[in-house]
Amino acid sequence: MNHLLPLALKSAWNRRYTLSLTLIAIALSVTLLLGIERLRQDARAGFAQAISGTDLVVGARSSPVQLMLYAVFRLGEATQNLGWDSVQALAAHPAVAWTIPLSLGDSHRGYPVLGTTPAYFKHFRHGDKQALRLAQGKPFAGLFETVLGAEAAQRLGYRLGDRITLAHGLGDSGLTEHGDKPFTVVGILARTGTPVDRTVHIGLEAMEAIHLDWQGGAPLRGLTIPPELVRKFDLTPKAVTAVLVGLKTRTGVFAMQRYLSNYRGEPLMAVLPGVALSQLWDMLTVAEHALLAISALVVAVSFAGLVAVVLAGLGERRRELAILRANGARPRDLFTLLALEGSAITLAGAVTGALLLTALTAALGPWVEAHYGLALRTALPSPEELQLLAWVVGVGTLASLLPGYRAYRLSLADGLTPRV
Amino acid sequence: MTALLALEDVHYRWPGQDAPCLEIARLQVAADEQVFIHGASGSGKSTLLNLLAGVLVPQRGRVEALGQPLSQLTAAARDRFRVDHVGLIFQQFNLIPYLSVLDNVLLPCRFSARRRQRALESAASLHEAAGALLAHLDLAPEMWRRNATRLSVGQQQRVAAARALIGRPEIVIADEPTSALDAARQDAFLDLLRRECAAARAALLFVSHDQRLAAHFSRRLDMAELNRAAGATS
Repeated sequence: MNHLLPLALKSAWNRRYTLSLTLIAIALSVTLLLGIERLRQDARAGFAQAISGTDLVVGARSSPVQLMLYAVFRLGEATQNLGWDSVQALAAHPAVAWTIPLSLGDSHRGYPVLGTTPAYFKHFRHGDKQALRLAQGKPFAGLFETVLGAEAAQRLGYRLGDRITLAHGLGDSGLTEHGDKPFTVVGILARTGTPVDRTVHIGLEAMEAIHLDWQGGAPLRGLTIPPELVRKFDLTPKAVTAVLVGLKTRTGVFAMQRYLSNYRGEPLMAVLPGVALSQLWDMLTVAEHALLAISALVVAVSFAGLVAVVLAGLGERRRELAILRANGARPRDLFTLLALEGSAITLAGAVTGALLLTALTAALGPWVEAHYGLALRTALPSPEELQLLAWVVGVGTLASLLPGYRAYRLSLADGLTPRV
Repeated sequence: MTALLALEDVHYRWPGQDAPCLEIARLQVAADEQVFIHGASGSGKSTLLNLLAGVLVPQRGRVEALGQPLSQLTAAARDRFRVDHVGLIFQQFNLIPYLSVLDNVLLPCRFSARRRQRALESAASLHEAAGALLAHLDLAPEMWRRNATRLSVGQQQRVAAARALIGRPEIVIADEPTSALDAARQDAFLDLLRRECAAARAALLFVSHDQRLAAHFSRRLDMAELNRAAGATS
């Protein structure tokens, strides 16, 4: 091996342009493979971090996954609500530390409107138990005041003091507006990378107020209640979509879950968010696997390229190999020479690819986070990624055995005089 | 006199062919001997050289070199024998393009401990040993570090000769080494090669289709007489 290494290096240097192209192809496909893998993990982490610190999510009895979809991701429409008296009973329960009622159903230019209480800004946690932070302004205090998520504010170009009107129902167009009761933007939240960023927050009373003169999803004909007068009505909500519950001690969570499942007032359901989130994620594994399969294919294609380049180069190297053989190189040496080169190129390609990915995430990470709310890690390769890299290098080395074996056969057949 | 090389009743047939292309009843070459082997293409001389260098093994008969039965050794042992004891020069394209002249000359020393050792017997370093040979073959020191491909064909052949001789192998086989040279340089090259082989006490087997060169040699063999295979043409 030692006597071959300088030869292999000089020979490779002689063909440096072809080899560097091969190396670049491998590096790019490794970047893609690792990038997809990292994106997948980061997406999963971001997904799991959409909510934290909440012990139970409570809603009317339906499916846990559905409850998570609208309570956490503000997706889909709740078909059933839970009554306000249940919410009050829950809040008064001795084991409960705090509750955040959530009321959904309206939207503003495609962004979901969430009716809630100031407890939301105090108790809601995401990521690694991080609290919500206002980038500008303050939480809503008055009736027709709203706090916008970072993305909603940025995309729609709203600033503090702007007035917005909400639409009844979800979606983008064809909705009836609550045009007579505009809201003033009083606060904009800092970016969280969670669905909070896309949410328009208002008070529960405000949610009630804009629907005072509505019935069955449409404004009451001939009856309008101007905003100045709504305070004269009882704005206590009659029902909410879901309640986030924090317990005094986590140990009581299963007892509480049981208590709520058997709640006498109405059929309720209590979900542990972590469990439900991983159920939800499992539904996405098909897409996840498709992504991995695509990047594996990309790597396979670049290895096919590597083998093709080396095999094609073998024709022109045949003379070189015959000279080496005439001067004492054994067929085994020629095999080693080619396999050495192939695995070195693969290794260099894998390392370059990993470095490239690190550089890319460092350079583009802030931009991706700002535009897509996806936090990319700039980190050393994780054990899983190292394993993936080891696979790449292993497969690449195996692939380079093929040209090595061909060189071995050729050198045996050619003897001292290559027929070229 | 014990023969350096001995062939006895050798038959060689290429795989897939019915008739042998080489049949030699008997051939002996003594140490230090310089032999001219004449033969047209297709006369079996390439096959003969491959047999002598231990690349091919005859289906019948015995090839013996330095007292070792080459035809009975394993492929690996024949490879080892070749690099330890045989220097080869071809018609052209002898040199590895990406190595310097010196590195090309030292190639056998990379693969053979024996050649390395013998090269060091007469010189302080491998570079010195290669340099001495190159100087003897009229290659100026300023060329030694050059890439092999930047030399003229005649210079390349002299580098190949230096490589065949380094570490003093007992056998030097030259296969049409002068065909790519013009007549004036052919004679000069041949004189250099013969002189250096004599100095290194190596037997020289010189193969050519060019009868004119035969005059330099005291022993001449004609493939047409040597090879009794029916298929051989000459």
